[in-house]
Amino acid sequence: MTSVVKRFFMPRSLHPGAWWGWAIGCAVVASRTVNPILLGLLIAICCVTVQVRRTSAPWAMAFRMYLYLACFIIVLRVGFRVLFSAAGPTVVLRLPVVTIPGLPSVRLLGPVSAEALVGAGGSALQLAAMVVAVGAANALANPKRLLAAVPGALYEWGAVVVIAISVFPQLAESLVRVGRARQLRAETGKGAHLIRNVAMPVLSDALDRSLILAGAMDSRGYGRSAPVSPATRRATSALLILGSLAVCVGAYGLLDTGVTPVWAGASMVAVGVVVAVAGLKLSGARAHRTRYRPDPMAAPEWVVLGSGILACVGMVVVSIAQPLVAYPPTQPLGVPPVSVGALLAVLVLLVPAALAPSPQRWPSGSVTVTADHAPDRQPLTLRGAPR
Amino acid sequence: MIDVDHVSIRYTADPRARLVLRDVDIHIPDGELVLVAGRTGSGKSTLLGAINGHVPHFTGGIVTGRVRVNGLDTATHPPRDLADMVGVVSQDPLAGFVTDTVEEELAYGMEQLAIGPQAMRTRVEETLDILGLADLRSRPLRTLSGGQQQRVAIGSVLATGARVLVLDEPTSALDPVSAEEVLAALLRLVHDIGLTVIVAEHRLERVAGYADRMLLLDGTGRVIDGPTREVMAISPLVPPVVDLGRRAGFDQVPLSVREARRMADGLRQAVDGVDPQRWPRIPPAEGKSSVRLALSEGVDTPVAARRRHSRGRRRDGSRPAGVQVEGLSVSYGPVHAVKDVSVSFPAGAITVVMGRNGSGKSTLLWALTGVQKLDSGAFFVDGVGLGDVPADQVRDLVRLVPQSAADLLYLPTVDQECQAADAESGCEPGLCRRIVDALAPTIDPATHPRDLSEGQKLCLVLAIQLTARPHAILLDEPTRGLDYPAKATLAQILAEMAGDGRAVAVVTHDVEFAAEVADQIIVMAAGEVIHTGSAAEVLGTSALFAPQVAKVLHPMRWLTPYQVDQALHEIDLDPGAGDRS
Repeated sequence: MTSVVKRFFMPRSLHPGAWWGWAIGCAVVASRTVNPILLGLLIAICCVTVQVRRTSAPWAMAFRMYLYLACFIIVLRVGFRVLFSAAGPTVVLRLPVVTIPGLPSVRLLGPVSAEALVGAGGSALQLAAMVVAVGAANALANPKRLLAAVPGALYEWGAVVVIAISVFPQLAESLVRVGRARQLRAETGKGAHLIRNVAMPVLSDALDRSLILAGAMDSRGYGRSAPVSPATRRATSALLILGSLAVCVGAYGLLDTGVTPVWAGASMVAVGVVVAVAGLKLSGARAHRTRYRPDPMAAPEWVVLGSGILACVGMVVVSIAQPLVAYPPTQPLGVPPVSVGALLAVLVLLVPAALAPSPQRWPSGSVTVTADHAPDRQPLTLRGAPR
Repeated sequence: MIDVDHVSIRYTADPRARLVLRDVDIHIPDGELVLVAGRTGSGKSTLLGAINGHVPHFTGGIVTGRVRVNGLDTATHPPRDLADMVGVVSQDPLAGFVTDTVEEELAYGMEQLAIGPQAMRTRVEETLDILGLADLRSRPLRTLSGGQQQRVAIGSVLATGARVLVLDEPTSALDPVSAEEVLAALLRLVHDIGLTVIVAEHRLERVAGYADRMLLLDGTGRVIDGPTREVMAISPLVPPVVDLGRRAGFDQVPLSVREARRMADGLRQAVDGVDPQRWPRIPPAEGKSSVRLALSEGVDTPVAARRRHSRGRRRDGSRPAGVQVEGLSVSYGPVHAVKDVSVSFPAGAITVVMGRNGSGKSTLLWALTGVQKLDSGAFFVDGVGLGDVPADQVRDLVRLVPQSAADLLYLPTVDQECQAADAESGCEPGLCRRIVDALAPTIDPATHPRDLSEGQKLCLVLAIQLTARPHAILLDEPTRGLDYPAKATLAQILAEMAGDGRAVAVVTHDVEFAAEVADQIIVMAAGEVIHTGSAAEVLGTSALFAPQVAKVLHPMRWLTPYQVDQALHEIDLDPGAGDRS
């Protein structure tokens, strides 16, 4: 028994799909409620999970950016509400009414009510929670591993994205380098000259690099493929496009509460998934390559994914059975009601923070990147995770 | 293993166009280490590219004749189909990396070849051990040193099962220690695993001793093929040790320091007790000093006499001419790149700054341009304090030629670059062109700067920077990518600029170049200056930085073959001196 437990908790990075599934669960939960207590709890759970299960990789460090974005969304949403009529029964702040000359119907500012603030805050928090959920997925799963896990048929697209991701820092680096070099030579030109002086060397540098990379990939076997007939290729493309379209339409139906019946949206999604999978299978036959150490889909992955699915189902049920909990009224003002079911639906998302195996961290806490022949480039520093 | 049958290659459809390779006929058996040598633009890269089909499948061009690797014709097999047979390693490994970490990079080629997961795992582990990379397995590639990156690049093609390794200047960007590390790894692959290795290199001294065979491209597209010793005997491009052997009249061509030392007993006796410092280390420039002429035209006084106030900044008469650095510190965030350094680059002398990658050498030079912000400290050029002034004022007195010199070029022709340089420096029109003509007479002013060779680019940027008539000129790794003749020209140009009263500072890994030009050598480590001294003192005694001649004649402090040659001539005329071997 203990050996099973030990194996379960053995430090490793999880399949990126598991974390993304969990994060999508978080986002769906957020989309089914505006209750500030539940949303606040959800955001807190995302933060805790990221804190305990992320690595010290650069993409994991970007989670802070998502938090800033979430704060910005809340400030913007509430700010707009205050700017354009926040009237209501309980006035907490009286601001002067501003009218724009020539536009008598537009009135800005004016009295600010608590009800309006709570209402705006709830919907802002909903969007913020979704952003935080995406940020959490990004921090917990290596984006490149996710691309690597895409089916064989999408391999080429994955490769393009991976290369774009790696080329970008190089481009930024040569921009810095050329910018510095430019200062070595007195400049007379301004404006258009300036752009040309920097852009010319940077772009020709980027072009050289891409050619070198393409040549290197070619000589290392990239693009070896089994021959396929044009008919198969066309069928593959048709299946893939139709499948993705069906999924998009179905997802719209599901999220568009009230207008489309839930069963219609769900079945559309299901059909789309089946068609797309068929397309992927068909085109996968053409790709002839293997994967080095693919991430397995084992018990811990299913626990993480399962918690997302469970929360998702739970919240959908709550939103239908207890609409007052999911969408509490702002009038009369009061503490939003919370039910045991709703709390459980959100709290189940905390399971991965405790049960997912901890990731492997780099041996040293801080790795300083002093690129070779450095000093004309700024060294990039990746700081280790806080201990 | 590799059969090149009567191959000619040209890059344009015009049948009268220059052939890059002309009727090349080479047969390389399994397990050889082959050195490919030739001047810049002589077709080394074309020859290497032809071996795995990179030429013409990727580059274009017209190939006649046949290239076969292990029986497969490269005309019908593009590089990707030869990936499990020929591995290619370039000069800049980072540019060819596809993934992020060491382990994934080693596996990448095997993934493309659809090698089974079990075999792949085993081969990655083996490769990690063979190349000594096991400790680095999960490290991001960008955080590795140059030598480590190059070993990963070699490992990544080795893991695919390639039996032929093709390397294009694998050590030219590396410091001596990293270069040794990469060469040691290569030798191990040749001797223990029996790989066939073909390596092109400008710095012949690094590879000549190990190569079984040498292919010399003569510049007309023909290839001279033979055992290394025989080809070296007639080659115009030779490492210092071969040059020494020729000048001292050794019976055989020595290929390594060890061989030369065993032949040099007589030579050591002949020059015993002679002070090496009495003879110049490089031949003087032929003819009149044209650069000096170009710079002095239209100016009534030479640099030495022009030392005076700069834009009203007061000159401190107590400080000697040249660059004085006092307590200079520079940091990038948490990294202290230069720590409290005090050195001087005297006027009229060439100072060479050496040290491993990341020791703060380049940062020191950049700090002296005013572009790099200083944490503390100051520097003075000819007594004018410049530590705290903006870059545009520093530029009047100090100019830097950066490592990637082409970053300074952006106009469509050489001529326009020159005119822009004249306008920027506020000097009389035509000066920059005159300097370019003096430095590199073969440059066509209508050429696009990107089409120039490395040496020509360097000369153009040097000319642009000299147009401002700076009092100090700094060069960061100028010899990278230069062949021996280009390096000799550069050495003479630097000597001339120093002779004009300028302070010249050069950062380089190239010990042979340092041995030729350095008046003073500064060795840096971890941001600090650890040693300052004359070239003979620093290079002659160091195990790591000693040039080949110093190693052959150890413990005497001879630095270059020319210096020994001059001394021998004089001893010959003097009947009292000992016998020559």
